[in-house]
This record gives sequence, C-alpha cells and structure tokens, in this order.
Amino acid sequence: LTRVRIRLGDIAHARSGDKGSAANIGVIARSAAAYAYLERVLTPDAVAAFFSNLKSEISDSKSLPVTRYALANLLAFNFVLPTALAPGGSLSLRSDAQGKALGQILLEVPLEAPNDLCGAGFHPHE
Amino acid sequence: MPAVPVLRIGNACGFWGDAPDAPLRLATQAPDLDVLTLDYLAEVSMSILARQRERHSELGYPRDFLDVIRSLAPLWATGRRLKLVTNAGGLNPRGCASAAAAILREAGCKLRIAIVSGDNVLAHLRNRRESFQNLETAEPLANLADRLVTANAYLGAAPIVEALQSRADIVITGRVADPSLTVAPAAVHFGWNVSSDFDRLAGATVAGHLIECGQQVTGGISTDWLSLPDAANIGYPIADIAADGSCVITKPPGTGGRVDQHAVKEQLLYEIGDPARYVSPDATVSFLTLALSDDGPDRVRISGASGSAPPGTYKVSATYPAGWRAAATLTIIGQNAVAKGRRCGQVVRDRVRRQFNREPEEFLAECLGAGDGARGVLGQRDDVTEVVLRLAARDADKATIEYFARQIVPLVTSGPQGTTGYFDARPEVREVFAYWPTLIARDCVKPVVEFMEV
Repeated sequence: LTRVRIRLGDIAHARSGDKGSAANIGVIARSAAAYAYLERVLTPDAVAAFFSNLKSEISDSKSLPVTRYALANLLAFNFVLPTALAPGGSLSLRSDAQGKALGQILLEVPLEAPNDLCGAGFHPHE
Repeated sequence: MPAVPVLRIGNACGFWGDAPDAPLRLATQAPDLDVLTLDYLAEVSMSILARQRERHSELGYPRDFLDVIRSLAPLWATGRRLKLVTNAGGLNPRGCASAAAAILREAGCKLRIAIVSGDNVLAHLRNRRESFQNLETAEPLANLADRLVTANAYLGAAPIVEALQSRADIVITGRVADPSLTVAPAAVHFGWNVSSDFDRLAGATVAGHLIECGQQVTGGISTDWLSLPDAANIGYPIADIAADGSCVITKPPGTGGRVDQHAVKEQLLYEIGDPARYVSPDATVSFLTLALSDDGPDRVRISGASGSAPPGTYKVSATYPAGWRAAATLTIIGQNAVAKGRRCGQVVRDRVRRQFNREPEEFLAECLGAGDGARGVLGQRDDVTEVVLRLAARDADKATIEYFARQIVPLVTSGPQGTTGYFDARPEVREVFAYWPTLIARDCVKPVVEFMEV
C-alpha cells in the first residue's frame, strides 16, 4: 500500500479554545476512513509529542499531559491539555494566551497516510 | 393535539465587545424571532466590572448593553413581541435594569423587566475559605480569600424560568451558565420540568452551547473560513428548538457565512472537556449520542442529546488582582530582522533591570512572522526580512510596568534602522486578574427574582 506525506489539515478540520489553564482542541475527520486512520495514529502521545516544546512561559513543567476523547458519532476527537495555558488566559503574556490558534497549529502535524485516504476525504479547500 | 410550534431563539452577542448593532440587525432580519439572547460574561469579565464599579458605583455591568436597549426600543414601542434574555447585569443586575428601564420608558415602551441575582457568593468564600479549593490545581483558597474581588456562581435556568412564567419581557441576570439563557425560554415554551426532563434540557443546552458564541457557529473562526460567502456580513445564529429538545441551527436569509455540519461540529467541540459529561447547572449532557443531519441550505439539525441530573454543586468563577501588564508591538524591516527584533527585546529588558535592579516577574518578546506564535512547534524562520516584535511584561509592581511601557517607543530612534509601525506612544498599563474556579453546594446559593415595570 502506497503511503503519502500529508498534513493533518488535509483530512481533518479543528477548533480550539480555553477553560482556565486548560486548552482543548476539537479535531474532526473529513471522512469515516480518515476517522478510522486518525483513531490509530493521532494518539494522545502523538499530540503530546507534537506540542512538547509548547510550554507556558512560567510553568517549568516538562510534561504536557493530553487526554483524548473520541466522538465516533461526529467522526471527531476532543483533545484536552489541562496545563497548556497555565497560568491561565488572563495572566499569560503569549499572543495566543487563550489557545485560539492551537487547532490551526495541530492541523500542521505531518502524517504518513495510506494513499486511498486522500480520495473522497481529501478536501484541500485552497 | 397540534404540535407546539418550534421556538426561535437567536443570539446576537457572543462576548463583551461584540458588535453593538448586531441585536437590532438580527431582530430585523428575523422578524419571527421569539427570543433574543445576549451573552456578555467571560471568565474574568466580572473583575473588570468590579474595577469599573469602584470608580462608578452605579455601574458594574457592560454599558454597551444600554446602546443595545436604545436600538431595540423602537421595536418594542411599536408592538413587537420579542423576549430578551441576557447576562448583561454583570455584578449589578439591578443597576443595569434601572438604566435600561429609564431608556425604555423614555421610548414609550410598556414592558416587564425581571432581574435575576443571587449569584454573588463572595461572602461565602471569605467566610468558609477552607472549603473552596481550586478546581484545577486543588490548592486551598486560604488567605487568598482576602484578595478576592469577585466570586459568582453560575446559576441555571430555574430563576429565568420563574421570571418568564411571570410574563417578563426582558430578563437581566448576573452570572448564569451561558446555555441556560437558551434553556429557560425553551423550558417555559414547552412546559418542561427543569428538575426532571433531562434529555430535553440536554437538547436545549446543546442549542445554547452552539449559539452562545454568536458568529462562531455560522462560519466565524471555522477552519474553512477562507471559502465563506460574504464574510463581511456573517449572520448571527438562530436555534429553532423543538418540543423534544432537538434543534435546527440556522441564520437569517441574505446574510453571509455558512451553517453546515463542519461549522456545527467545530462549535460543539469548542471549549468543552469530556464530551460524555458536559456539565451545566440544568443537566449533565452527553454529546456522544448526538446526531447531525442537513435540513436544507444553512440549516443543520441536531438531535439525540441525552441528559442526566446535574451535580449538587454550582461552578463558581472567582477572581483576584494579580499585578499589572502591558504589551506593545513594533515592526522591524530589513536584513537580519529577526536578530534585530531579539536584540530590541533584550534592550528593553536591560533597561528595566538597570532601573529596578531586577527583571519584571514575567517578560516575553515574540518575533511574530519568524514562528514565535507557535514557538518550538511549527518551524522557526530566521531569514525573513520583516517581523512584528511584540513585547509584553507583567509584574506585581505597577511602576515597573509603567517604566517598561515607556521603553518601547524610544526604539524608533535608538533601535535598528527599519524600526517602524508604532501606533501608540505608550501602551496602556492594565491591571490583571487571576481566575479561581471552584464549586459551591447548591443549597448555599439562593437565586433571587425581582420585577421592574416600565
């Protein structure tokens, strides 16, 4: 089976935001095949690894816990990063203090996907 | 028995700062709208209102709301039946209602305003500080209790139901859970029991969650934003709620944006935790049973919400002052723009250190355009020929931040050639508030409903 290098954004869309010091990122597969594939590869560890360098400016915690919730009915996952925005949106000095851009950032995750995934579900808008 | 017709609930204010002309626009574009909801309160909004009230004791609510009332008054004066449910009362629902009533009276309206309060639990937190640990960190409140400026419980739909059953036309609340602004009118319209009809309450909670952020469900901030039709005129959302709690999300005809399953799914997932347990004061909702289907152009049906009894506690959002901050940007153009930007950041930091013999408690220099917005995650680029340098600092000492704020614009004459793009001579120094989320037993909180006749 041929595999192709894609970005997560080629097979999914997303939205992110904050709740106190937690960020959440909703990732929605653009097809059932993409959902099944992401269920295997877009693990909490994979997301944590991708964001591992994204630490809050004052928290020196080295690990970034990530919880993944699956919503098979929506072909979607919700990733919760409870410490990603510490010390919280009102205190953080970062441009993106409220995690509004984390969804866009995660969509840049590089993936090695089966070629056929990029058929019906392949949805480059631009 | 004929089916009870759907209830049309619109939202035309997703946050304090949303377009003040949006409520009139939506009310005009959707003449069959039954209820208009306006959401003004984010997590730390109450602290901003607390400082505002210290300067002007009659305030403590977002003044934008009075402009909205002024804009809607002619509709009510000419007989339009449109209920308004809003948390614009902030810290002072009574003061807000009095100011609104004065405007409406002058405009010749005959209306009944209900005021929902009782959400202020600051005294409880101060008196029983051992009970209110931080929901995120489990830290005890302890002596921080003396520094709290606000503490408000997120009330549910019940007091708004009481207000609407007593034929209120306008309901002005303090802190309530955002979806409850939608749940309450639906519960009254369909005769749901707010202490047992959990599946229906769950459905209306989902509808409220979807519309509470205004244009975010009609195309705003969607991944596919660039392909939206007429992005300058994105419609505000309408939820057509049915007797079983299911709803159709739509927007007025002729407006821009798009209501499709993509936008609805993104907003369903917006700022939630465990989708099997979305906790609101009206019901604990599972999103795992939801089903979405297309229902015509710009119409998406959401059904299948399942609900169970809410917890025996209300969430409380408390705030306390945590110092001062300022932030400013400069544009740097030319060769080595990134290196120049980084050096400028060091210069400002040095100047603060020389003045105070210490650094600000928090300092951040971002070269935006070189990858600093997602530093360490997306690629860094050191070869760009222009960056926006953003400098931000926070400190408990106001004078330190005032000094910091005055060291930025001088870079226009002392920094690298190609430094430009300054707009404000000095950035504003703002007080910052930290957030203390906690829980309070329901029986400690007594919602109050009062009425004011216009």
